[in-house]
Amino acid sequence: MRMKWTSYPYILWMIIFIVVPLALILLYSFTVGEEGGITNLRFSLDNFRRFLDPKYLDVLWISINLALKSTLITMVLGYPLAMIIAKEKPKKRNVMILLLVIPMWMNFLLRTYAWLTLLGKNGFINYIITKLGFAPLNLIYNDRAVLLGMVYNFLPFMVLPIYSVLVKIDKSLIEAAEDLGANKFEVFSKVTFPLSIPGIITGITMVFMPAVSTFVISRLLGGGQYMLIGNLVEQQYLWVGDWHFGSAISIIMMAFILVTMAITAKFDNQKEGGGGLW
Amino acid sequence: MKKNIKLFITLGLILMVGILSTACGEDKPTINVYNWGDYVDPDVIREFEEEFGVKVNYDTFATNEDMYVSIKKGGTSYDVVFPSDYMIERMIEEGLLEKLNKDNIPNLANIDERFLDLEFDPNNEYSVPYMWGTVGIVYNKNMVDDVVDSWDILWNEKYEGQILMLDSQRDSIGVALKKLGYSMNTRNLEELEEAKEELIKQKPLVYAYVGDEVKDLMVAEEAALAVVWSGEAIAIGRENDNVEFAIPKEGTNLWFDCMVIPKNAKNKELAEEFINFMNRPEIAARNTEYVGYSTANIKALEYLPDYIRNSSVAYPSDEELQNVEIFKDPKDFLSVYDEIWLEVKAQR
Amino acid sequence: MVSRALKRLYTFLMFLFIYAPIVVLIIFSFNNARTRGTWSGFTLKWYAELFRDKEVLTALYYTILVAILSAIISTIIGTIAAIGIYGMTKVRRKIILNLNYLPVLNPDIVTAVSLMTLFRFLRIEFGFITLLLSHITFCIPYVILSILPKLRQMNKHLAEAAMDLGATPFYALRKVIIPEIKPGIVTGALLAFTLSIDDFVISFFNKGPGVSNISITVYSMARRGINPVINALSALMFTGLIILLLIINSRSSKSIGERGDII
Repeated sequence: MRMKWTSYPYILWMIIFIVVPLALILLYSFTVGEEGGITNLRFSLDNFRRFLDPKYLDVLWISINLALKSTLITMVLGYPLAMIIAKEKPKKRNVMILLLVIPMWMNFLLRTYAWLTLLGKNGFINYIITKLGFAPLNLIYNDRAVLLGMVYNFLPFMVLPIYSVLVKIDKSLIEAAEDLGANKFEVFSKVTFPLSIPGIITGITMVFMPAVSTFVISRLLGGGQYMLIGNLVEQQYLWVGDWHFGSAISIIMMAFILVTMAITAKFDNQKEGGGGLW
Repeated sequence: MKKNIKLFITLGLILMVGILSTACGEDKPTINVYNWGDYVDPDVIREFEEEFGVKVNYDTFATNEDMYVSIKKGGTSYDVVFPSDYMIERMIEEGLLEKLNKDNIPNLANIDERFLDLEFDPNNEYSVPYMWGTVGIVYNKNMVDDVVDSWDILWNEKYEGQILMLDSQRDSIGVALKKLGYSMNTRNLEELEEAKEELIKQKPLVYAYVGDEVKDLMVAEEAALAVVWSGEAIAIGRENDNVEFAIPKEGTNLWFDCMVIPKNAKNKELAEEFINFMNRPEIAARNTEYVGYSTANIKALEYLPDYIRNSSVAYPSDEELQNVEIFKDPKDFLSVYDEIWLEVKAQR
Repeated sequence: MVSRALKRLYTFLMFLFIYAPIVVLIIFSFNNARTRGTWSGFTLKWYAELFRDKEVLTALYYTILVAILSAIISTIIGTIAAIGIYGMTKVRRKIILNLNYLPVLNPDIVTAVSLMTLFRFLRIEFGFITLLLSHITFCIPYVILSILPKLRQMNKHLAEAAMDLGATPFYALRKVIIPEIKPGIVTGALLAFTLSIDDFVISFFNKGPGVSNISITVYSMARRGINPVINALSALMFTGLIILLLIINSRSSKSIGERGDII
């Protein structure tokens, strides 16, 4: 069915609300001049050049590193959960999915603060641990805590897409494989997993991107000891008022993410990809 | 189909209610107030609404910079805003503020004289002080056996992993500058380099750079020393009496939050009424009791309980305030501060 | 069976992980102390204060209103758009999709600032409408992201078959395509609602006086410390949602068909 005209209203919307604003950001990144205004702009590559300083590249590298790790962990933890829920009966799994999503409707800052209470030196987890006779653990204001916070925040975004693909896998394919003598592991690796790749890719899309640009989690759970690229962008826009540099950093981030997604798409066997990204 | 019809009707109703309620409420005069979060007694706002028969739209912001972008971007109009000292300086220079008609604000006379005619707004043409305070060190007296009277203690290796610094560029750089004996507002690049080195040296000893969680952490005794605003110190002290506050002898930052009227305010006279109302002694007293910070309104002190009035944390003596400095707007120097902070934070 | 027990344990641990902070929040809503550092007695005073706090209640009202409206509107626009995009030729589709995903790729603050610049450029007054428009803008891509895979999983000949049997395109859309992709639509709406309800940066820069949301209210307490009234609010919201979930669950048990999934 070629009803492509139905997409025209949205294309118009996109042009107004996505393309034009981003063109403005692109404009800012390639110019210097009066902050926030459109007059007095001079073309310049200075903003990009400035970013090539090792200290900024370091920041980029650390952010990407952290984002990769957290995406990986989220995937490893989220896939089994998605599988378990997908195998349940419809009524039960609907409830489970909703139970997974409802905490996301509570304010994120509050939930992250709650982790401070749980992970602190005198926090709840250490309280239990010391009562059991062990030495208290150093659970907060380090890499571990930040990763935990990121996984915590992004887990549902990984589970949902994988789950929704798993649920639709044609059961007869699995039965056929089993009939042909495959054991549980082979069924998984040769049938289930390959068919679920679109879901995984969508999940990675929805996790990796925000993970690169997050800064609240690293600020609260990392004890402000990190400077991530999200912090950098925010500082430029809000604190320093240098929208030009801020826009340049954003463009660099976007470019980087697009490249990463292109690479991920190569892993997709189907031509289309999880959500059509690339 | 029936279910769909019901669904559509419900949605339609929600939409209508939504649009109607945002459109209505135009009958009373309104005033748009923009303040820090949780920085005024809600009952006070209600009282103002009742007494003057108006509606108050109350919005909040988290930092001066957020507020600045909100106002600068245009397309919005606030009648009363509560920025801090250096931000007021900047806003005056950029022509973002209205001059106050002091005839409409007789209660300006209730402000402590020490806090009038300050550098950022000579003659108080644009602003009326609301709350003020200092920055100092809170320490847990059971965990710290040294005397706390200098910023040096935050560099003392004995307290490694027990020190909390503020996750705020200017405040932390300011602390380092004061420790070295320089001005918090210096534009001398060498002095700033030194401050940067100090902060980098200190980083291994710092447990975390925090925001408001500092209160939770000090109350829960997770750290021994922290840099805090005086208002926070009062809040901490209320919940854990092992924690004390000290202003280092090298001096510190004195800060003010004041009420101003932005240029495009729709209701300037009502705004001035509001400012005047907030400076009635009983009203100011109620605000300061709710918020826990120190009021600039000297007449309000009579309405406060003794233990607050006499608290040296909330109302330090002039002697303690000897070496204080108010922040000035760094203007183009912001990028210098920013780079310093970046280097400090990026140390692994 | 060992693997059954393992699965149960794993699921339990995961949900424990997800719910631990919520439990902490609820517990602290009854804490007499203002900070989270210590427990100083059980109290209901924050709940009482909540109902007198006009600012928080107004913020709550706008949060829910905007979330519901943007979820509905973005789902409608997104569904129609996804169907249209699905029918496009490959090259055009790739371009449109990549453009579409830009708000997903960008850090929040870039989307926030770019939209703000746009509104300023067009000299639009900030207020409820700008807030709603910005929310819809960042929700639609996620809706499309949820629906496209379902469109692909759908047998594309079904709609053709329906039209061969005499259905108009619109009828085929309503009765054939939409039921097939319904799980995707529901997921999309759910995602849109989730993202909208907790958004801070985009909302902060694209709203006007008098319009706020819970996120902004919470973040603006960053300097003074979170008023426990918010904990009380969260506890109530959470309880309300769980009850809603239980009600929906018990009532829909009859109307769930053979494939029975909403997602």
